[in-house]
Amino acid sequence: MFHSIYDTMIAGQRYVLILQGLGVTLIIAVCAIIIGTILGCILALMKISDNRILKGIGTLYTTVLRGLPLATQLMIFYFVVFAPLHLPKLVVAILAYGLNSGAYCTEIFRAGIQGVDIGQTEAGRSLGLSKRQTLFKIILPQAVKAVLPTYTSEFIVLIKETSVASFIAVMDMTKAGDMIRNATYNAWIPLLTCAIIYLILTLGLTKVFDVFEKRMARSDR
Amino acid sequence: MTDEVLIKVSHLKKSFNGGRNVLEDICLDIRRGEKIVIIGPSGCGKSTFLRCLNMLETPTGGSITFEGINLTDPKTDLDKARQKMGMVFQHFNLFPHLTILQNLMLAPVTLNLKSEEEAKKIAIDLLKRVGLEDKADKYPSTCSGGQKQRIAIVRSLAMNPDVMLFDEPTSALDPEMVGEVLNVMKDLAKAGMTMAVVTHEMGFAREVADRVLFIDGGVIAEEGTPQEIFEHPKCERLQQFLKAVL
Repeated sequence: MFHSIYDTMIAGQRYVLILQGLGVTLIIAVCAIIIGTILGCILALMKISDNRILKGIGTLYTTVLRGLPLATQLMIFYFVVFAPLHLPKLVVAILAYGLNSGAYCTEIFRAGIQGVDIGQTEAGRSLGLSKRQTLFKIILPQAVKAVLPTYTSEFIVLIKETSVASFIAVMDMTKAGDMIRNATYNAWIPLLTCAIIYLILTLGLTKVFDVFEKRMARSDR
Repeated sequence: MTDEVLIKVSHLKKSFNGGRNVLEDICLDIRRGEKIVIIGPSGCGKSTFLRCLNMLETPTGGSITFEGINLTDPKTDLDKARQKMGMVFQHFNLFPHLTILQNLMLAPVTLNLKSEEEAKKIAIDLLKRVGLEDKADKYPSTCSGGQKQRIAIVRSLAMNPDVMLFDEPTSALDPEMVGEVLNVMKDLAKAGMTMAVVTHEMGFAREVADRVLFIDGGVIAEEGTPQEIFEHPKCERLQQFLKAVL
């Protein structure tokens, strides 16, 4: 068995492909979650605002971006939306994943904000705090705590979904594994390698966010 | 109590989503230093009325004037007016992510009315007043219901309000904790605070109120001194109500 692992992965330095793929996967996921989080914050605030136009834009955005399959979106962004700009594939992938994640983050944050008891807003406003002060000092700190578990899972979903980036010929980790399979006619070793790495990434991430959650649970006694 | 009218309610109307009127045509003057207790059967609109006073509910008609400012005028700076109107809720609504001290300091500091040190000093004095200074650095989740409500009261007092509105402050409490909250309210009354209290505690109404309002069907069905209301109720609905609760 060690022999076949050696033949498949080490010989010809094929493991380098996996590492390169892993790098791409991580770059896409991290950049996309940053874009998605910023976008999600802005759009969530738009969706809860009293302004009907802002609200409408937010709703339209989340409806469309959550309503289409990711692979389809990825190709639309690559072949249509960003085509005239001639951007590198990796950049398009980052933008596409970021914009898509933004829609999910919007809904996560909106639900978190609206999930805070209305009495909290009333208490804040009755003390004379403005709507904005109430939002930032009272509602958001509680919402952050409430959304952390769903936000973690959004990040995990994002890491896993980078595996379809090869639809626009970005060489992520899954694609790297695929190339090794094609070159060596061995399917299970590269696939298992990828699977284990994905699992380490997602488990590690879960652990990191667990620490945050515990820290924030201080006020629960 | 003085003759100065602190809150003037005229022809107040409120309906929700265009439905039937929860409040119809309520007129009331609350004088500075006066203690008003509002009683009535559930669903009669007494909480809605109280929440209209600081515009947590927007009235459908009529006007509310507080210290000469028309609150129902859309151009009025409500936040400014609310700084002087404390409110205590049935479910306390303490901020769970902040310590007790931070709960008391948040509004005065955020609104730049007090420096951190001043606000902290005031907060600790207020906590001492209700015997909870040892809770200053604890979170609300470590407090009993009675403690939470006493903290909610002093959180409002930290803004140095001119009137305190109480929306069924003891209704969510275990019976043995009602007394401690009522005592804080009685002390506040003795200190001369203007108060409007929605409650089912008839003993409190009898002891503290200058005037008792009986709201039924969205109108003030009867009003008078505690003695008039409890000893000589005139309208039949009030007589029935008192028979049921006393």
